[in-house]
Formats: sequence, structure tokens, C-alpha cells
Amino acid sequence: MRAEQRSGSLLAAPYTAFLLLFAAYPIVFALVLVFLQWDLVTAPSFAGFANVRLLANDGRFWRAVGNTFVFLSIHVPLQIVTALALALALNRQLVLRSFWRAAFFLPVVISGAVVAILWSNLYATDVGLINKLLVRVGLAPVPWLTDPLTAMPAIAVMVTWKNVGFYVIIYLAGLQYIPRSCQEAIEIEGASSWQRFRHLTLPMLLPQTILVITLSTINGFQLFIEPYVMTGGGPLRRTYSVVLYLYTNAFSYQKMGYAATIGVALALIIGAVVLIQRRVIGKADAL
Amino acid sequence: MKTLRRIGLYAGLTFAALTFIYPFLWMASTTFKPPSEVGTLALIPDQITLDNYRTMWARAPFGRALVNSTLVATTITLAVLVFGSMTAYAMARLRFRGRPALNAATLALLLVPGQLTLIPLYTLIVQLGWIDTYAALIVPYLFNPTAILMLRQFFLQIPQSLIDAARMDGMSELRILFTIFWPLSKPVLSIVAIFTFMGSWNEVLWPLLVVRDQQLMTLPQLLTVFALGGGAGSVGVSLASAMVLVVPVVFAYMFLQRNFIESMAGAGIKG
Repeated sequence: MRAEQRSGSLLAAPYTAFLLLFAAYPIVFALVLVFLQWDLVTAPSFAGFANVRLLANDGRFWRAVGNTFVFLSIHVPLQIVTALALALALNRQLVLRSFWRAAFFLPVVISGAVVAILWSNLYATDVGLINKLLVRVGLAPVPWLTDPLTAMPAIAVMVTWKNVGFYVIIYLAGLQYIPRSCQEAIEIEGASSWQRFRHLTLPMLLPQTILVITLSTINGFQLFIEPYVMTGGGPLRRTYSVVLYLYTNAFSYQKMGYAATIGVALALIIGAVVLIQRRVIGKADAL
Repeated sequence: MKTLRRIGLYAGLTFAALTFIYPFLWMASTTFKPPSEVGTLALIPDQITLDNYRTMWARAPFGRALVNSTLVATTITLAVLVFGSMTAYAMARLRFRGRPALNAATLALLLVPGQLTLIPLYTLIVQLGWIDTYAALIVPYLFNPTAILMLRQFFLQIPQSLIDAARMDGMSELRILFTIFWPLSKPVLSIVAIFTFMGSWNEVLWPLLVVRDQQLMTLPQLLTVFALGGGAGSVGVSLASAMVLVVPVVFAYMFLQRNFIESMAGAGIKG
């Protein structure tokens, strides 16, 4: 018993030390940094609420938050619809089922940096693959990443494309839990396939849909490498993301206090948005 | 009617699969095209050239970045497996003071978004003098709460009688872990290994913060810097550099796709 106690503490000691240094300390220090001004060269100085006040009035920060909501309003619904459609297609007797699944999942395993570089070329106005296809079918080319109106939607579509395979797997897992007896019962009742989808499949998949909404929302708030590589936050700052702004403040302006304040604010915004989403969905579910 | 719907289904699947695969094929083929052919849709170039690869290799230390990425991802993966197992074993099977608190802290950490701790971690690395060192890339990732929770969950299901018998034989806890638990835990170990390795291999934000020396850059970072800094100069060269990162992953994925999907989907959901 005492030997177990001792080996237990011993085995857990490195992890405990790690948690203290690389998790607990940074979390506490993030809250401390909110009240500091620090360029990493001179000693940090107490700044009171200056960072908080600056953040509240910083048009660039709120522009980035707004951009994220533009991103989410396209990304989240599109992610649900595409993932659900592909999962429903895969959830049948198929030839080469694992091939289709592997194909849909391929972009998930590829680095976001590569996907961003690849899609910069696909979206390029003159030589991009997408515009070449548009021109071939007789349409006008679109300046996807250089028009303020299309830049963020273009990035949202790309991120949806990259992650859809991941959410397909979530929906496929959910589809396996729908009892066969329910499906047979509703078929005997003579329901059309749309009715079956609307009144059986969709409600049964609600937990998965909530998961997709939560994860894709969190993921959206963490948008960084895509605007960093593809647009630099432009045109007209329309693709500037919160993490890109945080990174710029830390790395280019050496404002550690302010960058940390953005990080804390971002964590709070993510928490609030996810909670509100769950509330709203919970209410809709109760109806 | 029924055959018509099946044809429609397969046509749809083929179209979807092409949307996911074709861009990568186009990327691969473009890297073998001379600049004059880059804008074409054709997958097979009229003239095959290795110039893009030669230019890329000469202009930035991609060989070195490949070594860096492999070293960093392998070290982190081994550490997460070995140290993570030791921690998870203690948290699952040994009673000691502070265990409930450790469990709770690990669970709570999953709720903390990385952006909250990004800057304090960065200033910590600066103060430790670790900017432009492998330590900065590796040490903050030596333990992974998600991996520990997954391993712990798995270890909880292994029968106590195995531990008791081994203790009777005088085996140490570490030997029990590595000679009895590990062989039984291959599925979860492979899941943890894949998502840890891939997470490290693809990570780009953290290296962008803590590494400025080109010789120490990992592949995704060097690739990004190379493409943005204009070092690439042309589409073919830029995509050729991306291939260094993609080809090993796609090879591994082709052979282990089932494990990849299970691992990377599972890690995102975090149980």
C-alpha cells in the first residue's frame, strides 16, 4: 500500500511538474499580463486597465471578431450540410466504401500551411484553376482573394473543404446508432425518404450536429494560417482573424501585455459563443 | 429507377472524391511542369522537368527542415507515449495523494483554448533563453492531456488480477506497465502515436513564434516563410517545397488510412 502510494507519486511527478510550468503558470500569467506593458526587452511595467480599455476601443480587434462571425456564418452551416450529405452517401452498401471515406478524409491529414498555399494558387485570379474552369464554361473570372466581398467566403469554403472528412466520421458514427427497428417501423408506415430523413435521421443526429457546430465554431475562432498565407489579412482587413491580430501584436509590435489581453478576450468570446449556441439548440430541441 | 439512383449516387461520390483528390494531383503535377505550362489544367505535363525541385532545394534549407520536423515530431511522439503511459498508469491504477486533483486538472485543461496560454508560454520560452532551440519546439509538448486521458481510459479496463499476479512475482510498476499493459494497449497506443505525430508535423503557429533561424525551422514553417517571403518566386517552386511535407504523409496515409481516420477523428472529439 505504501509502496503503491510511493510509485504513484513518483510516476505522476514529472507530469505534475510539467502542468505547473507549462499549464498552470501560463494560465495565471495570462491574467497577470492583461495588466502589464511589456516589450520583452525592458522590464514589464504595471499598466492598470490600459490594455482592457485599448481592446474595448480597438476597431482592428473588433473588425477581426466581426470577420470571424462572417467566416462562421458561412463555414458552420456549410460544414453541417456537406458533412451530413457525404455521411449519408457513405452510409449505404457501397463498392469501395473505404476508398470513398479515405478520399474525403485526405485533406484532414494535410498541413493547413500546405492547403493554404495550394488554394492560393487555385483561387488566383488570372492563372488559378478555379477561374480557368469558370472561363471554360463561359463565366467571368472572379478575383476570389483580392475582392473584399469574396475573400473571407473563399477562405470559409476552403476550410470547410479541408475539415469535412473529419465531420463525416462524426456523422457516420452517429448514423450507426440509429436502431434498425426505427428505420423499419417508419418505412412500414410508408414514409418517403425525405420524411424519413426529416423526422428520424435528422433528430437522431442532433448530438452529432451539436458537436459539429461546437467544434467548427472553436476551430473558426482559431483561424490563423489561412489568412496569414493567403491574404495577409487583407483586402481592407476583411480576412484579418483574431489569432492573426494576436500574433502580429506579439511578434511584430512586441506588445506582450496587449497580445495576452487579446488571448484572454478570445477565450472568453469562444466560451460565451459556445454556451449561447448550446442554449439556443437546447431550447429548439425542447420545442 | 433503382439503378438510375445508384448511378446518381456513384456519380456524386466520384465528383466529391475528385474535389478532394484532384487539387493534390494538380499540385503534384504542377511541380514537374516548366513555368510555361503551370497555368494548364492538364495533369500530365508535355515537358517533365525537375527544375522546380532543384531551385527549391538550392534556395532554402529544406533538407535540414525535413530532418528538424522528423526529429521534433518523433521525439514528441515517443515522449507522449512513454511519459504519457507512465502518468496514465499512475492515474488509472495506483492510489496516491493528489490523484483526484490531477485527474480534474487534466480534464479541465481540455477546455482551455490554446490562444489563452500562447503569449505567456512564448514569454516563458524567451525568459528561459530557448528561442531558436529544439527545446522550444519540443519541451512544451512532452506531455499531452488528451493522450493521457485516452491512455488512462484504456488502462482502466485491464483486469486488476494481472497487476496482482505480476506484483506477486516481484515485478516493479514500470515493468508491469511496459511488459504487461503495453502489449495489451496497442490499439490506443497507435491512435495516440498518429495524432501526436501528425499534430507536431503539421504545427505552424508555435514554430513561427519561437524560431527565427532558418536552420532550425520545421517544414511547415519554412514552407510558409519561403512562400510568403517571395523566396519561391514561382508557383512551381512553391508547390515543390510543399511536396516535401505532403509526400511522406500521403504515403503513410495510404498504408494506414484506417488508423489515421480513427486516430485523427478520435483526438478531435476527445472522448
